[in-house]
Amino acid sequence: MATEFSYPDSAAKAAAARRELVESGAAQAAPAEFQTEKMSLSMGPSHPSTHGVLRLQMELDGEILTKADPVVGYLHRGDEKIAENMTYNQFVPYTDRLDYLAPLANNMAYAIAVERLAKLEVPARCQAIRVLTAEMARISAHLMGLGAFALDVGAWSVLLYSLEEREKLYKLFEELTGARFTTSYTRIGGVTRDVPEGWLGRVSAFCDQFLPILEETLNLLTRNKIFMDRTVGIGVISKADALAYGLTGPNLRGSGVGLDLRKDKPYSGYEQYEFDVPVGTKGDCYDRYLVRGEEMRQSVRIIRQVIAKFPGGPWYATDAKRIFAPPKEKILSSMEELIQNFMIVTEGPQIPAGEVYFEAENPKGILGFFIVSKGGGVPYRLKIRSPSFCNLSILPKVCVGNLISDVVSILGSLDFVMGECDR
Amino acid sequence: MSAEAITALKAKFPQATDRASADHPAVNVPFGDVVAALRFLRDEWAFDLLMDLTAIDWAEGAAPRFTVVYHLLSTTRAGSYVRVATNCAGTDAEPTAPSVVSLWPGANWHERECFDMFGIKFEGHPDLRRILMWDGYPYHPLRKEFPLAGIETDLPVADIQEETGTRVIAAPMMGGPFVASPGEMNLTEAEPRAKDESWADREVRPDQTPLRQVKD
Repeated sequence: MATEFSYPDSAAKAAAARRELVESGAAQAAPAEFQTEKMSLSMGPSHPSTHGVLRLQMELDGEILTKADPVVGYLHRGDEKIAENMTYNQFVPYTDRLDYLAPLANNMAYAIAVERLAKLEVPARCQAIRVLTAEMARISAHLMGLGAFALDVGAWSVLLYSLEEREKLYKLFEELTGARFTTSYTRIGGVTRDVPEGWLGRVSAFCDQFLPILEETLNLLTRNKIFMDRTVGIGVISKADALAYGLTGPNLRGSGVGLDLRKDKPYSGYEQYEFDVPVGTKGDCYDRYLVRGEEMRQSVRIIRQVIAKFPGGPWYATDAKRIFAPPKEKILSSMEELIQNFMIVTEGPQIPAGEVYFEAENPKGILGFFIVSKGGGVPYRLKIRSPSFCNLSILPKVCVGNLISDVVSILGSLDFVMGECDR
Repeated sequence: MSAEAITALKAKFPQATDRASADHPAVNVPFGDVVAALRFLRDEWAFDLLMDLTAIDWAEGAAPRFTVVYHLLSTTRAGSYVRVATNCAGTDAEPTAPSVVSLWPGANWHERECFDMFGIKFEGHPDLRRILMWDGYPYHPLRKEFPLAGIETDLPVADIQEETGTRVIAAPMMGGPFVASPGEMNLTEAEPRAKDESWADREVRPDQTPLRQVKD
């Protein structure tokens, strides 16, 4: 690595000083029982604070880390290889399993990437549904991240509050998509079904009762002495480091870079909605926590605006006869649409040849899809740029010099998901 | 903004050519100019974030066989992207590309992943080892000749078995009885279906001894 660390490695320093003394003849070698040595410790792959199957191979001097080497890949399923062997729509369920805490946001990012390649614009109603679901997914992902982070640093009750709210969101997801977790909601050129009757009202009601509970939950932590002791000034990531390692999402914004693709390169109609992008100042664990808390408030703001101007019209691209399969009732009543459905199911959506790279601002950071197509219904190459993978690559730099108990805070504040990191 | 950066890049590196793209401006850069071209984009045009680094395998027999693709994003010029691509040098078995870890430390893991999946050697990488597959794994799974069903390999379990005396049987590489067919064929034929039913929880696969042999 080109990076050099300076850290309080007292064992190494003492050993070097001792060696110097012995070599210069000023002292004799100390007896073996007085010499210190470093300890190597493996944390994970199944450890409660590694949130999944991350393994940290650490080298410790007493309680202080002198080296950290993350070992990833325990959840590698070969999603990119699988994608090359199936049609575009068949891959949608696999996107659920990337960041499995926000499947709706992954579904949307993937669908838009393929639509960009096909140069297909989906109608305003479809865009609004996708924005709405992505923001709900952001709230649910941040709630889980917040609860788990607080649990890691010793605050039990936050998790109970946040899981209760997340459960309410999952009820809404189930009503919309038929599944709580693995939603597989989008199709290339649209979504699987329109919003149910009265559903928007229930989302609105959720937002109304959610905000006071969110304040209550955040108040448990924001000025909590124990929480602040464990997060303020811990795991500081400078602006330059965050950019050099390709950090994105709340982790980058916590370090003071206001990059948010929803503002900087709006997609799916984000430019119509007003919201603020919270940015941290110090880049420590506490700043990352504050950014996530504020993002939830902003997501509620976006959801309310989407519901207030929810557009009518079709909810899928009606002019894409070789890409989007029509709704079931049309298939069962019209010959032409039956054939259209048959072709799309057997051959896959017909996407032109070309290369496209699309990134969406997901709860964990920027999720990107690079698709190379040679035409037809199957991608030639599909690369997933996962935010957690990039966010974790800074661990060897940020962990060194910290106490081992602070590593738990750092991992919690980076809020990663291994399903996405390992793909 | 990205298009202007590409024009300036082509003026500075005359061997760079336009690359077909469905969205962002893209450029092909010869192998030797990659690091200089990326440094130019980073320092002169403020493309400060290396968003993605990946490779494309153009299948066995194609020339060039492997292309490495970089995606850069600028945080100061709101949301402009560029795509830079370069064809790998070296042989098909051992392609090489220049490492950009000196420009972005974050390229470290991306290059390790590319090495793991395609076998591309990044020259100048400080610590090029596998990242997603385990050390000692013999294949590069994202190469086109690697079958979707996988290739059975010895798992590094010999020492566990020796030490604990537990019975270690490798799970099937093909994900249960539903096996997808590799190769160029239409989707109906390639669709996963029950082809290999020899493997089950209770029964031993016919081609394997009940206890996995411990290697000396």
